Parts: sequence; structure tokens; C-alpha cells
Amino acid sequence: MRHAIALRIGPASFRVGSSWRGPIEALAKLYDGYPAPDRASAFTVRLEPERPWRRWLRPSVAVGGDYVLPGASPLALEHGLLAAEMGMNLQMALGQRRHLLLHASTVERDGRALLMTGHSGAGKSTLAAILGERGWRLMGDEFALLDLGSGRLHPFPRAISLKNGAIALLETIVPQDRFGPMLEGTPKGTLRHLRPHAEAIARMNETAEPAMILFPRFGADLPAGVRPVGPAEAFVRLTQSSTNYVDLGEPAFVALTGLVRSVPACAIDYGDTETAIGLVGDLWRGRTS
Amino acid sequence: MPGSRYAADAPHLLRKVELDGLTALFHLPSGTTHILAPPAPEILAVLGEGPADADTLLDALRSRYALVEQEGERSALLARLAELEAAGLVQRA
Amino acid sequence: MAGPDLVSAAAALLVRGLRDPLWMERLTSDQWSALVTAARAESLLATLAVRAAGLRLPGEVSALLEAARRDAERVRTQALWEAEMARRALAPLGVPVILLKGTAYAAAGVAAGQGRSIGDLDILVPRDRIGEVQEALLAAGWEWVKEDAYDDLYYRRWMHELPPLIHKERDRMIDVHHSILPLTARRRPDPEALIAHSIALKNGLRVLAPADMVIHSAAHLFADGDLAGGLRNLWDLDRLLREFGTRPGFWNELRGRARVHQLSDAVARSLRLAAAIFQTPVDDACAGKARFSDRLFRRRLLARNGWGQQTRPLTRLGFYVRSHWIRMPPWLLARHLWVKAGR
Repeated sequence: MRHAIALRIGPASFRVGSSWRGPIEALAKLYDGYPAPDRASAFTVRLEPERPWRRWLRPSVAVGGDYVLPGASPLALEHGLLAAEMGMNLQMALGQRRHLLLHASTVERDGRALLMTGHSGAGKSTLAAILGERGWRLMGDEFALLDLGSGRLHPFPRAISLKNGAIALLETIVPQDRFGPMLEGTPKGTLRHLRPHAEAIARMNETAEPAMILFPRFGADLPAGVRPVGPAEAFVRLTQSSTNYVDLGEPAFVALTGLVRSVPACAIDYGDTETAIGLVGDLWRGRTS
Repeated sequence: MPGSRYAADAPHLLRKVELDGLTALFHLPSGTTHILAPPAPEILAVLGEGPADADTLLDALRSRYALVEQEGERSALLARLAELEAAGLVQRA
Repeated sequence: MAGPDLVSAAAALLVRGLRDPLWMERLTSDQWSALVTAARAESLLATLAVRAAGLRLPGEVSALLEAARRDAERVRTQALWEAEMARRALAPLGVPVILLKGTAYAAAGVAAGQGRSIGDLDILVPRDRIGEVQEALLAAGWEWVKEDAYDDLYYRRWMHELPPLIHKERDRMIDVHHSILPLTARRRPDPEALIAHSIALKNGLRVLAPADMVIHSAAHLFADGDLAGGLRNLWDLDRLLREFGTRPGFWNELRGRARVHQLSDAVARSLRLAAAIFQTPVDDACAGKARFSDRLFRRRLLARNGWGQQTRPLTRLGFYVRSHWIRMPPWLLARHLWVKAGR
């Protein structure tokens, strides 16, 4: 592959190869300050043209690599950065076998971690991004990695993927140089990537003990609400949020049942971000008393 | 089939965790996780000791778990057994 | 990043690593990246990991391979479970059920099963009882994958297996074969002989006799496809031949049975390729004389680079066309393609 970059993010390392220079340059800029990879790459992502002539003619980027999604549509070259991020997501989602992977965002305070999980659009990325600027350490916005042996969470601080309204919100509190390019007209709407706070990057090797699980639900006119979630429901919802639970067998069963039995879970409904932040704060303080 | 005997895997092939009223079960031979509600875990516990036909099973469930005698109990049991068979947790002996 | 030499030599790294695991202790990070990628692309990562067990390796490589070994264990459990559920569904019929390929290797406990990636469940049953087998599977929760009538007709008349079935709860596929090559293929193996010589396992399921396992693997290597995934298939052969090759009478049996199934050429070539690539000890009489075309096959099998891409496009194209020709005579191929294109 003509152009390439290697990245280490938490316990995972990636090689991203590309037929075009653009996406690699964009990645290098977005991940400025991340440690130089010092090891063999665990995963490989390839950004390549679907057909050889598509490298120049209406260039389109097909996302390839160790693990691929058959039938996935290629992206326009201007969205190459998104293709690279999707590629890395795919490798983790389909290929990661060391830790239990949960589709959740994670933030940490005083060595304890808060896990937020739910459907796309529930706002877990946005909430995590904001909390990460308000004294919490961002551990990840997309994937939480549960260690099967220790039950602790490993950080995976990738660039945060912000959509539509959340972009403007974060632009008011975070300096411009931490943002990737504005990507309009992508299959997921308007997107902008945000590099996590320097502290999140510096501490990407520090694990944390899970202390609370939240299932946030966002609705424009939704009144604020909190409901405790029992371990059985939490267990089922977490298995549904995991792409590798089945693949990890008995150790995953033990780790996940252990998690839901030792960590309280709540569902929270909210209509705006500040309300959600408030609820999170209350619940977090409430859990220690 | 009258007198048909059912069997389940021995207890050491199952991992059970109680989660607020339900049983999360990991079945080692298949690597599958199941969420079970009563009387399924009790059925597996009885059959895990040795194969039994439906009537013997019903007696054991009544006496051991104090399940109240009701009409239609036997056909309910057969329905549960069919579900467990489809899930691979029970087979014909 | 890795230079061109390393990138195109990835397949060679993979072959050497499998053959001579201790050598892998000397690899650099870049070489490991290329090796892991190539192994994944050839579905050989867990196999490599099993071969690498106990070696002194960099921490992150060790962890990755350890995870791959565990994953292979889980794959094995699920594959054997699928076989068990098929057994339960078919037991009342009293039909011989012969496991094939990866599941068979795992069930029989042969070396070829260690670290093997396994996809669908493949079984062989007598052709005259396939109707009953089909009904029993449908009653036990399997359903057809494709609804299309034309594909069904084509399948039933010409193919060596039922149209694909998938279990509705477990979401796993089963391929029910009544022969090991399509009826349209130029070679006609004898399925009754395969069944007659099969060996029973403790649970009542069966596997092919050792010589037949080798013959089936060789048939699959050449007859099935454009050789994509052939390296894994060739590794299976290496493992099988090393395990069975020391048994008295094995090579004679192999030669004799290959002739019965009209697969002497395929077996001979597969032996030569295994010897050339994996240095498998083979019987010279069975392997026959080297042919020029062996070199082309070898190029095709090793057409993988350190980025996981398939290389050597012209060689690959030659094999794609050839593979369709082997499965179907030209007139039938044209008809099949015309109907398919017309949809």
C-alpha cells in the first residue's frame, strides 16, 4: 500500500494502509500526540479502490482489512477519514478477542468508571465527550473493553465521532485544533471527529474499576427520569451490546454476570444534555453514600 | 410418546448464576448462554441427576420445589420440555 | 513501513512459520504485522497460534496468539455441538452420517483439527435416503437459505449436496452431501465406497477412513474453487499425511482408493504441492512425476501479501475460469450463466 500509518490506542494497535495520501494525512493530524507504536500491529485496515480505475476516476474508498463487512458500500474520497475510522471499528467489532467488547462509552473519575450504553442516537458519545471536558477522564466513546480476568475496563480513547447537533455543542467548549475536518453528506449525516483531551491520551494505559452502568435514552421532549435496572435486564442488554460475547465463551459469561452483580445499573431519560449531565452527577454522588 | 424418557447434561457441564429471579445459564457443551425462568432450571436440576419420564419428573418437581398442583400441569411440563429440547438442553434418553 | 520484499514475501513467512515455528522467535515487529495479516487472510491465524504455543515472543504478539488459540477452542466447541444437534435430529432414522472436513478433523481428534477454522457443518449421507434426512432436519428447526426455484432445480439435479440449510435458532448452516464432487464434474468418486469404509466415533457419528480423508481433501483443493483458501486446505493435507503416513499399508491404500474414485491425478498433485511447500514426507510412487503446471498452482496458493491482499491477478484469473470448467461442462455452464444473468 502506497501510504500508511500505524496507531496505538489503548491495548490495540492498527496499521492503516491507503491508496491515497489524503486519508492518511487526516489521520496523522487527528491522532497528533498519540504515542508512537512500538509493536506489531494487531489489526490491519486497507483503504483501496473498488476497481483499479476508481483510484482516479470518481475516487471511491472501499474499506478492507483483516475483517470486512461483505456488501459494504464504499465512501467518497473526501470522507476517507471516516472510512479509516469505520475500518478500525470493524476490526475491533469483528476481530478483537482479548477483552469483552461492549458498545458503550466510558468515563473515569478517581479510578472508578462509568459505562454508558444504548442504541445509536442515545447520546452516549456526546455525553462522554462533554464529561471528558468537565473533569472526567474519557476512556472511550465507542467501545468499552472489559478484561476477562480482572473485571477492569481498558481505555480505548479513539477520536470521538460527533454527529449533527453535538458538533456545535462541543465546538463551544473545545479548541479548534482538536477537531478533524467537517464531513458533510456522509452516510451517517454530518460528522466531525474530536481528539480526546490530552489527559485521556496520556493515561491510555490505565485501567479502571467499573462502578456504574447507565442506559441513557434521549428524546427531544422527554421528561427527565431515572429507573433502576436489575441485573438480569442489565445482563441481557449488555450481551446485546457486545459483538464478541458469544465468541469468548465461558470467561465472558463469568465476567459479565460478575459485572452486573457487582455494579448498579440505571436507565435515564433526558431531553437535553445539561439535564443528563446533572442526572449523571447526582447518581454518581448517590452511589458512594 | 408415552413413557418417553428425557435426559439433561450433568451439573458440571453447566454454569448457573442467579440474577434477580432469573437464572443465567452457560451450557459448556454448546457454548450457549440461556436466560431461564422457573420451572426450567428446576427441570434441568432433576434431569441432571438421571433420565426420567414426564410423570416421574412431575412428581419430583412437585415434592422438591413445592409447585402447586394445577390443571394442565402435565401438558405445561411437556411444552417446557419441548422448548428445552429445541434449545439443546434436554434430549430424549 | 515494510518494503516491497517483505510485503510480497508474507505468504512465504506464513509457510515457514507453520513448518518451523521456532524460527518465528527471530521475527521483527514489521514481519509479525505482515505475518498476522497474511495468516488471517488465509484463515490460518489460530493454526499458526497453535504452532507457536510455548515460543518466547513479544508480549503483544503472545497475547494476540493466545486469544486466537482460545477462539479456536470456542470454534471447535460450537462445531462439535452443531454436529451433536444434527446427530440428535437424525438418530431416529438409523442413517449413517459421515462428518466431513473441519468438523470431522475436530471430532476425530486428528492433528489437522487443531486450531482449524471451521465454518458450516458438512455431512455425507447415502443418496437414497437423502429425502428422509432432509425432512428430519426441516422438522428439527433447519430451514432453506434460498427460496428461488431455479437454484433449487439446478442444485438437486446436478450438485452433490442439498441446497443450503440454516438452523433458525442457532443461525448455523449445514451442507448435506450425497457425493463429494458435483455430478457434473469430470471425475466421479464413489460415495458408497466412502460410506462403506467410514469409521464410527463413540457417539455414533462417523468419519471417513484415513485414506479417504486425504482423497477428499485433495478433491476439495482442486475441484472446489479457484484455490482461494487453498493454503489452509494444503496445510490440512500436510497434517493428515504426517499423521497417517507412518501407518503400515497407508500409501498402498491411498493409491488404490484414489484410483477407485478417479482422483489419482488430484491426489498426486496435492502430494507434490504439499511436499514442495510444507516439505511433507510423501511416497514417491503416489506423488508421481513433477509437472510444469505444479509451478502455477504453487504461485496461486502463495498469492498473498503482507497487507492481506491477493496478488498475482493473472494467475488467479486463470484459476477462476478453470474452476468453473471443472465443475460444469461448457454447455451447462453457459445455460446456468444465461439463466442467472437474466434475472
